[in-house]
Amino acid sequence: MAECGGGDSSTSSHTMDKSITLPPDEIFRNLENAKRFAIDIGGSLTKLAYYSTVQHKVAKVRSFEHHTEDAASDKLYEISVQEEVTARLHFIKFENAYIETCLDFIKDHLVNTETKVIKATGGGAHKFKELIERKLGLKVDKEDEMTCLIKGCNFVLRNIPHEVFVYAKHADSEFRFQTTHPDIFPYLLVNIGSGVSIVKVESEDKFERIGGSSIGGGTFWGLGALLTKTKRFDELLQLASRGQHTNVDMLVKDIYGGSYGSLGLTGDLIASSFGKSATADKEFSKEDMAKSLLHMISNDIGQLACLYAKLHNLSRVYFGGFFIRGHPVTMHTITYSINFFTKGEVQALFLRHEGYLGAIGAFLKGAEEDNPNQYSWGENYAGSSGLMSVSPDMNPLQRARSGTFDMLEMDRLERQLVNLPLLQDSSSYIPDTVDLTEDALAREYWLDCFEEALDGVVKRAIGSQPDIPEVTERAEKFRQKYRNKLQTLRHQPFAYGSLTVRSLLDTREHCLNEFNFPDPYLKIKEKENDMALKYYLKVVKSLEELGWEQRQLALVRGVLAGNVFDWGAKAVSDVLESDPEFGFEEAKRQLEERPWLVDSYDQWLQRLKGPPHKCALFFVDNSGMDIILGVMPFVRELLSRGTEVVLASNSGPALNDVTNGELQILIERIAAMDPVIQAGLMDDRLTLVQSGSSSPCLDLSRLDKVLAMVVRERQTDLIVIEGMGRAIHTNYYATLNCESLKMAVIKNSWLADRLGGKLFSVVFKYEVPAGKLSQNSSALTPS
Amino acid sequence: MSIKNASFPWFGMDIGGTLVKLVYFEPRDITAEEEQEEVENLKSIRRYLTSNVAYGKTGIRDVHLELKELTLCGRTGNLHFIRFPTHDLPAFLQMGRNKHFSSLHTTLCATGGGAYKFESDFRTMADLQLHKLDELDCLIRGVLYIDSVVSSGPSECYYFENPTDPDRCVQRPYTLENPYPLLLVNIGSGVSIMAVYSENNYKRVTGTSLGGGTFLGLCCLLTGCSTFEDAIEMASKGESTRVDKLVRDIYGGDYERFGLPGWAVASSFGNMISKEKRESVSKEDLARATLVTITNNIGSITRMCALNEKIERVVFVGNFLRVNTLSMKLLSYAMDYWSKGQLKALFLRHEGYFGAVGALLELLHPS
Repeated sequence: MAECGGGDSSTSSHTMDKSITLPPDEIFRNLENAKRFAIDIGGSLTKLAYYSTVQHKVAKVRSFEHHTEDAASDKLYEISVQEEVTARLHFIKFENAYIETCLDFIKDHLVNTETKVIKATGGGAHKFKELIERKLGLKVDKEDEMTCLIKGCNFVLRNIPHEVFVYAKHADSEFRFQTTHPDIFPYLLVNIGSGVSIVKVESEDKFERIGGSSIGGGTFWGLGALLTKTKRFDELLQLASRGQHTNVDMLVKDIYGGSYGSLGLTGDLIASSFGKSATADKEFSKEDMAKSLLHMISNDIGQLACLYAKLHNLSRVYFGGFFIRGHPVTMHTITYSINFFTKGEVQALFLRHEGYLGAIGAFLKGAEEDNPNQYSWGENYAGSSGLMSVSPDMNPLQRARSGTFDMLEMDRLERQLVNLPLLQDSSSYIPDTVDLTEDALAREYWLDCFEEALDGVVKRAIGSQPDIPEVTERAEKFRQKYRNKLQTLRHQPFAYGSLTVRSLLDTREHCLNEFNFPDPYLKIKEKENDMALKYYLKVVKSLEELGWEQRQLALVRGVLAGNVFDWGAKAVSDVLESDPEFGFEEAKRQLEERPWLVDSYDQWLQRLKGPPHKCALFFVDNSGMDIILGVMPFVRELLSRGTEVVLASNSGPALNDVTNGELQILIERIAAMDPVIQAGLMDDRLTLVQSGSSSPCLDLSRLDKVLAMVVRERQTDLIVIEGMGRAIHTNYYATLNCESLKMAVIKNSWLADRLGGKLFSVVFKYEVPAGKLSQNSSALTPS
Repeated sequence: MSIKNASFPWFGMDIGGTLVKLVYFEPRDITAEEEQEEVENLKSIRRYLTSNVAYGKTGIRDVHLELKELTLCGRTGNLHFIRFPTHDLPAFLQMGRNKHFSSLHTTLCATGGGAYKFESDFRTMADLQLHKLDELDCLIRGVLYIDSVVSSGPSECYYFENPTDPDRCVQRPYTLENPYPLLLVNIGSGVSIMAVYSENNYKRVTGTSLGGGTFLGLCCLLTGCSTFEDAIEMASKGESTRVDKLVRDIYGGDYERFGLPGWAVASSFGNMISKEKRESVSKEDLARATLVTITNNIGSITRMCALNEKIERVVFVGNFLRVNTLSMKLLSYAMDYWSKGQLKALFLRHEGYFGAVGALLELLHPS
């Protein structure tokens, strides 16, 4: 049911002396633009939500108008840094003891005056109503708690890919993040506050409280306080985690001497909770009683949840409420109970942002006119605290302090994101190849790797803004922030969901943006694009001189050689820094000779001897040599064969990856030189789309809606994914409903070693979905 | 009679986690011939059991439950119902030894977990061989038998009329004809819930560890009491609303959005998170809250099982209900209110003895 409104009086006395330990302007960020406030006040924690607009510097490229071409300018395109306004949601969680201080701070910094009301929810909302209205001068508008909770839950399930996890206490990685099913409904939400509410959610607006129980968190706390004279909820959990319930509970074996075999009840099963304490002449330890109580309550809730899930035929059951809220002890006992009562058929699911659901929902209620659900949102790793590990052994006082302020920031994405229609099974698709949360060795390597690369990134960031004052200071702040993130991830790899190379790269991009380094590689990209354009015709000409079969191999080698030019790979960036003359031909010489590490080139060649593909979707990678001298000749060949080509590039910058904006200009330039490309553009057989992403990696379940539409309309039957980020770190195992080609050069010796190769090993993976083999059998001769 | 009856004495025993339940058939049609042949030991056991209502410090004969003039296997006699705490089983065995029970060469049919746990004690301490029986088989057999033989006196099966109206709530007899399907909820130390489709066709649906043992265990810790009777007595004088947090304590009234009435408990013991409230409640309040919490929870789980199994009649048995009208009324209320009158809660007078009766029947009619 509700979160308890009246906490223990000792809580407030305990926190009286606290002052805000972090500078508040790092917590309540962007207050000057803030509007649409919402607040969720629980028994001990307050969650504040607001919407703000963030001014970002964004690098834009624009083609020079041809007729006004300035002879003095040898620049390829015009780069301008513009201010762009994006929307951001801020969520801050803090102890109730800070409410007054926080409200004062907000009042002092709030500039926007169009805000008149604050949406409020939670058991404590009425208690603080008067205080909020007085301090902020806003009218408190109460919203139904359960409605807010469900709205918030739908929002995080829809927008945060690694929101859901199962808890496995004894596994290498306690938190196992789940792929959220594209269709999030229906589900059961079991909210364990002071009591328990069991809610069936069928759609965005349709939900029903189908049941509940009065035995919940308040029972654990209240009864626990009576039994153990321990006042604080956290301390009770501490006690419980040290106790032995078998001293207090009557087990099956206490009655039977062993198991009750005919019913399959094992001897260790609890037959009667507190059954052994039915005596006046024995003392029981606080720890043992607390543990027994915890088991009693968790088992009971688990059992009821299972009965309701069964009755309503639901298999997705999420648990939340203050009883759960990040406490490993309760997550473990609930998981155990669900597993027991469903014989493993249902898994207990938990949410990373469970504590924010009410605040998110209240906010969404207030923001309905902005229609936030029509956008896609993304968790900003730079501005979010991440999931904290709460070790049960940790001193509760320490914990209270360390968890003082917790933040979540969500950015509104410019594009609405959807699944790639050609994914074979979107509900089981996992973009990332290696889960660093579970692979400790790989985790250590990559964390070190990103830390070592940090100097270079800082240098590049400074170099990208030579004329702007304070750039060094900002770059240092970036360094600090990203280093702290890496440090956090060393201790809590699960903080932002599964740790992956992709999440490490994305976090870096978020941190760079945070300090207004929108595109540190902008100038390098321009220089390399410019240089590569000069060689384009020469490369095309030399390819045309080759015979058909020779040319096919040369085209593939070209794509691979181009892919060597990757500033994201330290081994390459070191070379590029020290040897400005390093060029396309040198790169080709570095390439591994066939047979490659992964080599299905023969099958690909056979396929090319068959009928042309209808349409190829090409996810491109780097600027410069890669796109211009590697990818474009390959594309040109496809067009010549009669295959339509859709080039998908990033919506926003990431490393030296070519962005959609840049690619448009480059294609125009190439078209001006090359009639094949020109014709392709004219006939609409060559199309450019943006991927919707600003990451060096690729999540095929979050792609631009327009891209998905084009893929469907054109009956795409070939997908080409290029580069380490998109084809190795992610999507290496992705299975698609059409033919696919994954090409990359391994530019990291550790990874190469792991894959059984060496630096500059080649992965050329051509795959045909099982069912489609027969269709093309005329062209395919299995080797 | 073609079938040779088992030799006397006729006992059925159910050794639970907390209580041992013993039924004893006292033949009242003993012929002079039999009387003469009856060995001294048997006679003394019969006299001891039937002439006392209490045995040792803790053994009790529930005289009000005695079934008189019962015909069983062609014999007529009285069926006696006796109970004592499981922890006093050694004293019982010692008595059996002293009375040379083993010399009677009878088979002692026993069910309940203790039949397994104490099997070797019976052998070594009293030289008795136990015939072990499954407790749920016995329970169901016992329920069906007792219901069928009780014809005079108070009705075996009863229910509470108008359970949602305290002023008009009265106990009424109920005829358990065509009892199937039936949900049978046995509340002992723990709880077992069975769906019964016929005498030989039943399944255990689920169970919960929050049962009579939990009520007594928590009461002992919270109030310092030591017996079930004391705990029930205290509970009857207490007020649970001082301990529990009600829906109206949170919402000021009903939570209409979800059809929750203000009087419903939102959080059992929820008020006890506050120090002041902890200091202001009485032991009686705590006992009452414990009773209400455990009872309502059993009601909840039962109701869900009834829905899942599509069964509308629920029979509650087990010693938790002994001298516990409070819980029976609560269960009646909960079944009726939350199912909008769909579910009926039924009770049986011999609440805790059915397992033992079933064991006795096994002695006479081996299945």
